Amino acid sequence: MRRLRAVLLHLVLLIGVVLAATPLIWMVSASLMRPGEANSSPPPFLPAQPTLEHYRALFTSLSVGRYIVNSLLVSVGGTLGALLIVGLAGYAFAKLRFRGRQPVFRGLLAAMVIPGQVAMLPMFILLRELGLVNTLVGAMIPFLAPVYGIFLVRQYALSIPDDLLQAARLDGATEFQIFRLIVLPGIAPVLATLGVFTFLGAWNDFMWPLIILSDDAKYTLPVALANLTGEHVQDVELMMSGAVVTVLPVFIAFLFLQRYYIQGIMTGSVKG
Amino acid sequence: MTVGGSTAESRAGWAFVTPALALIGIFFVLPVAGAFVLSFTDFDLYSIGGPGNTRFVGLANYRDLLTTPLFWTALRNTLYFVLVGGPLSVAVSLAAALLVNARTVRLKPFFRAAFFAPWVTTLVAVALLWRYIYHPQYGLLNAAIGVFGLGPVDWLGDPAWAMPSIILLSVWKNFGYNMLIFLAGLQAIPEELYEAASLDGAGAWHRFRHVTVPMLGPTLVFVGIVTMITSFQIFSEPYVMTQGGPLKSTTTLMLFMYEEGFRWWRLGFAATIAVVLFLLTLAGTVVQLRFRREAQG
Amino acid sequence: MPAGGSAARFLFLWGLVALPACAREPADPVLRFWAFGREGEVVAELVRGFEREHPGVRVRVQQIPWSAAHEKVLTAIVGRATPDLAQMGNTWIPEMAALGALAPVDGPVADSGYFPGILATNIIDDTLFGLPWYVDTRVLFYRKDLLARAGFDSMPTTWDGWRGAMLAIKRNAGPGQYAIFLPTNEWPPQVILGLQQGSPLIDEQGFGAFRGPEFARAFDFLMSLYQDGLAAPVSNNTIANLYQEFARGTFAMYISGPWNLGEFRRRLPADMQDDWGTAPLPGPDGPGVSLAGGSSLVVFRGSKHADLAHQLVAYLARPEQQIRFYRLTGDLPARLEAWNDPALAADAEAVAFRTQLTRVVPTPMVPEWEQATTKIMDFTEAAARGQRTPASALASLDAAVDRLLERRRYLLERRRVAAAP
Repeated sequence: MRRLRAVLLHLVLLIGVVLAATPLIWMVSASLMRPGEANSSPPPFLPAQPTLEHYRALFTSLSVGRYIVNSLLVSVGGTLGALLIVGLAGYAFAKLRFRGRQPVFRGLLAAMVIPGQVAMLPMFILLRELGLVNTLVGAMIPFLAPVYGIFLVRQYALSIPDDLLQAARLDGATEFQIFRLIVLPGIAPVLATLGVFTFLGAWNDFMWPLIILSDDAKYTLPVALANLTGEHVQDVELMMSGAVVTVLPVFIAFLFLQRYYIQGIMTGSVKG
Repeated sequence: MTVGGSTAESRAGWAFVTPALALIGIFFVLPVAGAFVLSFTDFDLYSIGGPGNTRFVGLANYRDLLTTPLFWTALRNTLYFVLVGGPLSVAVSLAAALLVNARTVRLKPFFRAAFFAPWVTTLVAVALLWRYIYHPQYGLLNAAIGVFGLGPVDWLGDPAWAMPSIILLSVWKNFGYNMLIFLAGLQAIPEELYEAASLDGAGAWHRFRHVTVPMLGPTLVFVGIVTMITSFQIFSEPYVMTQGGPLKSTTTLMLFMYEEGFRWWRLGFAATIAVVLFLLTLAGTVVQLRFRREAQG
Repeated sequence: MPAGGSAARFLFLWGLVALPACAREPADPVLRFWAFGREGEVVAELVRGFEREHPGVRVRVQQIPWSAAHEKVLTAIVGRATPDLAQMGNTWIPEMAALGALAPVDGPVADSGYFPGILATNIIDDTLFGLPWYVDTRVLFYRKDLLARAGFDSMPTTWDGWRGAMLAIKRNAGPGQYAIFLPTNEWPPQVILGLQQGSPLIDEQGFGAFRGPEFARAFDFLMSLYQDGLAAPVSNNTIANLYQEFARGTFAMYISGPWNLGEFRRRLPADMQDDWGTAPLPGPDGPGVSLAGGSSLVVFRGSKHADLAHQLVAYLARPEQQIRFYRLTGDLPARLEAWNDPALAADAEAVAFRTQLTRVVPTPMVPEWEQATTKIMDFTEAAARGQRTPASALASLDAAVDRLLERRRYLLERRRVAAAP
């Protein structure tokens, strides 16, 4: 009886995996089909004669390489910026005593309730005045100071022993040196987790880059993909290869960095 | 107690938080306040051509919104997604977590990763993928259900099926995330409680109802609130897959706001929608928290 | 005081990433040219000739799909990130002019080199804001063989005749096949029918005229086509490949524009090329009017290379460039002179357009027109799918359009009051 239950359980789980994975597998499969092959009834699951021509087209006439670079710039830039800013702020809220620390922090917590979209319209006008419309820096801005990031880092930083910090101060170290030499290594794990999520969020972001980037030379991958749909929605195979190129980098990152995503979500919630 | 600390420490403290506060202040607080102000004006394209054209209109935008049929359609569609898609997503996540967590299951990390993988993918890319999967003649889904003699269904072209199709996509994409949260919650439940229940003769369903569910309480509320908040903001799926159609059946509040704001530049009106969306989300959060407090007794 | 190598290294790293993000433009003048749809794909070839005439100048063409073009242009204007010049649907020019986004074009306002109805769409307050690039109007593309099999050797010229032909085609057709493709997310058919009945669509006081008798007659005619099964009430998203379905006989007629001349020739199988043709639109009592459409070329105010941009516009307006453009896209030249080209004169399918272009009417030249077309599409879809009765759909359409025009009426009123002594 036990045996049967275990087998059934695994069967159900395997069906679940099939349901979860099949669309993605078809995406890759369709990207390798010849033009027009996927538009048949019933749709083929595997390509009859796999071809890389769509990928070639993407990288040559459709300049996908440029969009990859843009996505990388926005994601990496946004992540590095966020880690620096949030690392400093999170530590300060945890360990540095300054007047107004509590009320300001509580104010930030309240801000977490407000959805970002409310700010989008005026933010566009604001960036226009700052000359940041149609710039990659403008695309990065929503990611540079995530409030939940400050919260996470602060939680983590609270566990740094105060005596360590005091001893360093007595030794004559400046606050920034303390941050760099003691705190940073201490909060490295949470920064790594935060970094992985920020990178993913920035890479996958669609609505804001859609609004802020008008020059196609600056498009990030999701925006370029949506733009491609306008003219080529009939070319299923080409669109799927574009989708694969968009998804592949973060998917590979996920495979290698699973630990950070999974642990990050699981521990973040238990503490919260 | 935050008073005290040397002046060097105090100065460093302010220096360290200033970049974050400056960014949040300028690029979040200021625009949010701006959105509220905008909602009381009739700022639009004409205003952009000549600022003197803007009028302060008080609550006229809000009144206008309430008499705009498309607002109510968008509200209905959004609530459909929040109240049907949300609980469905949570239920699937919980079920997946329970299955993966079962004691007799091997290769847990594999299943965990496989279920989480869709969450990592770029939404625009998979929305496009599913647009093809949903194609009435050439799509995988109709081919698959055709094997059982069902369909074909015009998933994205039939107003009755369009929103369910988007819900299905959303559940497929996001269930892995909440599954992880539930897994953490499940693993935090002490074994002794289950053993004690078994000793008392409780079956699997009983154990679930009287041990698992109460212990998962805070997690359920957390997941419920977060899922609800993100559900209210649904935008990319209808934008990429259906442009809000057919017959406006997938126009959500965010899509409506985007169209009014960034397509037609009726910024005052769009800001009104944004504020209403915010108030709805807030209300939903309060309701869920109140419900939780009452359930706790 | 912050010190230490790693902080500097960190900032350097971030600077390395952020700096290319704020890259500067190269020293050689680069003209940014936005073009839409198929024209966008093709015009890149045409501008090479301009680059050869102006060594050192580069023209970068950005191709934007039509579905996103209007919002992208507006976003660029509001965000102060406009290109130097762009293609512009001529129905959008009133809107752009109201925003003060366009630089006036030098050129005589009464230039006989252009179709008068088309040139007029570029003139606001006696200023010329764009130069017509190609003209567009809508005619019937149809399957000659299917029409012949139904007993008609040419396309009828009246609505009754047209209906008769469609019914005959439908009788011959199989299940899932229709006489005409009228997607619910296109607005030209109902607008054209309304114009043919003499509706102003938006009256001079700034109110919608969709409830009026003229438009109601046109709308009822259109609805009857859906109700009688001559057209399917679907959007054009559901047809995976329009050309495939036309070749398969899924529908025998389609109201479309000159760009499809090139597309039909390219995408339909070679053995089908003799089986399709074009015909001017039938009207209520005889040949009917159609849209005075097309695209112009405009230069944006604030362009740093305004002179060069104007020169490029003039270059593309040259008759020989117009002809080259026609050969590549099938788009019809705006310059009358270009129509004398032998290739165009011999183009049998272009004759229908030439004829139709002598019977064109512009759509209301108000900035809100573009948004009004979305309302038209919404309510047409609702009525075609039976969700609303035609009368109720038209009443709601008028209400929606009136609401759209409220700001315009307010500003016109203000201007009138200010001007009054």
